[in-house]
Amino acid sequence: MTEIVLTVEDVEVTFPTGTLIDGLRGRPRSIKGVAGVSFSVARGETFALVGESGSGKTTLARAINGLQPVSAGHIEFEGKAVEGQDRAGLKAMRRRMSMMFQDPVGSLSPRLNVGQLIAEPFRIHGVEGRDLRGEVVRLLNLVGLSNDFAERYPHQLSGGQARRVGVARSIALDPTLIIADEPTAGLDVSVQGEVLNLLNDLRERLGLSMVIITHNLHVVHHVADRVAVMYLGRFVETGPTGEVFRDPRHPYTAALLSANPEPDPDKAHDRISLPAEVPSLLNRPPGCEFHTRCPWAREDCRTRVPRPEPLGNRMISCHYPLEAGAKPPERTPA
Amino acid sequence: MTVLAVSGLSVEFTTEGGTLQALRDVSFEVPERKIVGVVGESGCGKSTLINAILGLLADNGHVSAGEILFEGAQELTTLDPTSMRALRGERISTVFQDPMGALNPVLSVGRQMVNVQYRSGRSKAEKTARAVEMLQKVRIPDAEKAVNRYPHEFSGGMKQRIAIAMALMMEPALLIADEPTTALDATLEVATIELLKELQEEIGCSVLFISHHLGVIAELCDEVIVMYAGEVVERGDVRDIFNDPRHPYAHRLLDCDPARQKGLVRHLPTIPGEIPDLRARPEGCIFRPRCHRAEARCTETPPEIVVSPGHMARCWVAEVPERAEAAR
Repeated sequence: MTEIVLTVEDVEVTFPTGTLIDGLRGRPRSIKGVAGVSFSVARGETFALVGESGSGKTTLARAINGLQPVSAGHIEFEGKAVEGQDRAGLKAMRRRMSMMFQDPVGSLSPRLNVGQLIAEPFRIHGVEGRDLRGEVVRLLNLVGLSNDFAERYPHQLSGGQARRVGVARSIALDPTLIIADEPTAGLDVSVQGEVLNLLNDLRERLGLSMVIITHNLHVVHHVADRVAVMYLGRFVETGPTGEVFRDPRHPYTAALLSANPEPDPDKAHDRISLPAEVPSLLNRPPGCEFHTRCPWAREDCRTRVPRPEPLGNRMISCHYPLEAGAKPPERTPA
Repeated sequence: MTVLAVSGLSVEFTTEGGTLQALRDVSFEVPERKIVGVVGESGCGKSTLINAILGLLADNGHVSAGEILFEGAQELTTLDPTSMRALRGERISTVFQDPMGALNPVLSVGRQMVNVQYRSGRSKAEKTARAVEMLQKVRIPDAEKAVNRYPHEFSGGMKQRIAIAMALMMEPALLIADEPTTALDATLEVATIELLKELQEEIGCSVLFISHHLGVIAELCDEVIVMYAGEVVERGDVRDIFNDPRHPYAHRLLDCDPARQKGLVRHLPTIPGEIPDLRARPEGCIFRPRCHRAEARCTETPPEIVVSPGHMARCWVAEVPERAEAAR
């Protein structure tokens, strides 16, 4: 039995919105950024969250880390509930569960040099009795930077180097779980590979679990064991990465995969084009929330809400999961 | 006809640390009704190239050699500011990565789209009608009402489509698109490039499309230019570049894309080393310090080797494809 590091059960995150007047007019006073999501991450496993902007990936990551209070559901990390922890409790927890934020340079203080930045977690968590200078050198080497980087400031680093410093900071206190929000966004392709290799390598050497948030599907394919596809704050499809990529069963996953431009000019494009824009969270469609854009939508999809159902190794929220290689039906002009 | 012909272009910046050569001996052409893609990583000179074409180089930068011929008639590096202004927006227009940067947040999109046409000689009503027509072309729903809305009332994908509509309003000869889809999600990205291609065909303009997304380049472009450290290291038809890259950098860059990995790979390829300091370019080939195929002669400036008509690579070993060499 594999050891479960993180469990997320029916988590919801709501944000207040609108004015009292809006409320009186019957408009919603709150929106659900995350609307009931469940998954678990085992030791040494990489779990990827994919979805478009506004689908709730980052909000979910913040909720796991206790940066965002949850309005319903339960998050358990190493056997302890994350919600309801006080500051001290969260601080202790964040030693074991570190977060890598999106912007590699922006997440480093411009006024500290790399040595100070890497030593910061030790100081914040009051870890004493360690040779800080030695730790900095050890971590720099672990992420493939030479010792003289300790003297540099963030503006003197390239995007890839800044990301490595971020990785060094996140593994400084020997965490069990790393939550990486878009670890490769804004990096060049040649550097992107370096960062992903580094994360994979550290995961194997240190036995880390990882939650990776990304919108780059090609990246997911090569680093994640399991993947969850998010749409409007819900998981529409969750399963082993290889399986989901080979044979997506939820129409949204299929569309997302087909929308991924391939670097091959002769590749035939059997593209599933999605009509219309992503609906607003203020105005969630009734029934299946994807029906407004789904080429396969049937009449009852407009009214009946699908629940996540197990299908082989996967969980799918769709009344009519796709067969392998399904082509979208001819669209009838509306 | 060639819309844009850049030949031997070099751009230098004067910095505290010395003269920085941002572009060196850059030559390429943008033929009529073609989409030419420029790929390269940060610091390869993509933005400097655009700014040089538009005459918008920073004060400490100047064109030190070469010329940029627009529509076979006007030489842009020596053009006076007034004539340059007449070209920008009308004959040469641009779309940038961030659509919010292109739209004025305090004016309705219709007003901005009318303002763009100030030199057209059309009446106010004609200008508004044209704005509505363009919004319809970029599939903004309810275009008659949309002209009265403000930029913040549109989603990111819509804003970028409005920016495209504004750029194509005057039916320019050349559209320069600088990473126009980078800030968009996968499904929107595809929709945007499909729209761009459609409009390009309809208007019959040429496009210089800058992106680091190899998939988008492969799908959209007819011809591709690969840049590295301010030089064009390889250029050719999109199929030449993607199927038979001859410059080791172009080859490595394509290999690095996770999308090109067949099957599941846990260890992704990378290009070891970093781009050289452009204030002190290495002698000979610019890629030599990172190149696994480097030879003794690479310390001398490499020739432009013509692989096939229209496909050239600036490399000593370009005549032998990498795979053939490996097989030897």
